[in-house]
Amino acid sequence: MAQTKRQMLIDPLVDNNPITLQVLGICSALAVTSSLQVSFVMAIAVTLVTGFSSMFISMLRNHIPGSIRIIVQMVIIASLVIIVDQVLKAYAYEISKTLSVFVGLIITNCIVMGRAEAFAMKNPPVASFIDGVGNGLGYGLILMLVGFIRELFGAGSLFGINILQTVNNGGWYVPNGMLLLPPSAFFIIGLLIWAFRTWKPEQVEEPEYKIQVVDAH
Amino acid sequence: MEQLVSLAVKAIFVENLALSFFLGMCTFIAVSKKISTAIGLGISVMIVQAITVPANNIILNYLLAPGALAWAGFGDVDLTFLGLISYIGVIAALVQILEMVLDKYFPPLYNALGVFLPLITVNCAILGGSLFMVERDYDFSESVTYGVASGFGWALAITAMAGVREKLKYSDIPEGLQGLGITFITAGLMALAFMSFSGVKL
Repeated sequence: MAQTKRQMLIDPLVDNNPITLQVLGICSALAVTSSLQVSFVMAIAVTLVTGFSSMFISMLRNHIPGSIRIIVQMVIIASLVIIVDQVLKAYAYEISKTLSVFVGLIITNCIVMGRAEAFAMKNPPVASFIDGVGNGLGYGLILMLVGFIRELFGAGSLFGINILQTVNNGGWYVPNGMLLLPPSAFFIIGLLIWAFRTWKPEQVEEPEYKIQVVDAH
Repeated sequence: MEQLVSLAVKAIFVENLALSFFLGMCTFIAVSKKISTAIGLGISVMIVQAITVPANNIILNYLLAPGALAWAGFGDVDLTFLGLISYIGVIAALVQILEMVLDKYFPPLYNALGVFLPLITVNCAILGGSLFMVERDYDFSESVTYGVASGFGWALAITAMAGVREKLKYSDIPEGLQGLGITFITAGLMALAFMSFSGVKL
């Protein structure tokens, strides 16, 4: 095997991050990040689902007929998501209310399907599990980063604990309310991508049109 | 009737699936490079959404909801935990059927939309529409309205996005921001613009 297991786990964190490079699974990344706690739960849920679905799909990979593989993968993923959903409803009801439909939407999260198609269908179960967990963690990393920025500067707290004393509570910090609104997630992810690509210049996309400097003389 | 109109306006502008709930973002970012493809995909999403939301509403009310199986003699069965798997099954099956029907009876339409249909199964806007329908307890007529309107809202958003991106590719963007980065920031600005609709009541 070309890649060691360690590499498979670490690679998706920065070098091949599912969100900033592969453009997968952005929907939920934006929607659930207004507080760090919710992002954390979501990150764990997605990591578990990606890991186990990759493992199960990989175990069955020699028995799944090509023509109906999407449906088979969907059923496996949907069953895992139902388990996650039921567990959340039982043990973390408040968070499950905040996440509302987004737990269900893990089914259509492209990371899960993408890893199933691209990796689990061709590799043995243990490797697929590690690959799934790695990609889930890469996704979780971005989620936590965005959640951290949005909650800290939008509400002045982290995990619901006050860090920056806001003006309403007699402190000094005027919270930036826009960070709690949906559009800010787009800006933060856009800027994060910029930061990632400045750090790792090989990820920069080729522009479709280059501005050409024409010599005037 | 008025209630349905206001539901439709709300679903298109105020609670736009793409720009205020971020549903269908993967496709939204990936397929918005050209206006013509964006319109094709938008129309497909609208059609599929208009069929699947009411279909899932029927399934919920006659098969899954607590006491819904009373007609079959199982009055005390609650199958709501099977919701997710049934909705995605219905969506996958309906997309497949729609593809076959279009191929058989409307070949020109199939040629125009065919490539987008498989993409739609994994588009979170579709599953999201059904899940919102469940969460907000829509009845049948409301779910038809919601299906059409939310699909239209999504189509509107992706077409506008494609329009912006077509112009954007000629502009001079800092290196690390090219492609994905600037697309996100554009989407953020559009979402801000759509937020100005919030508070509109009919």
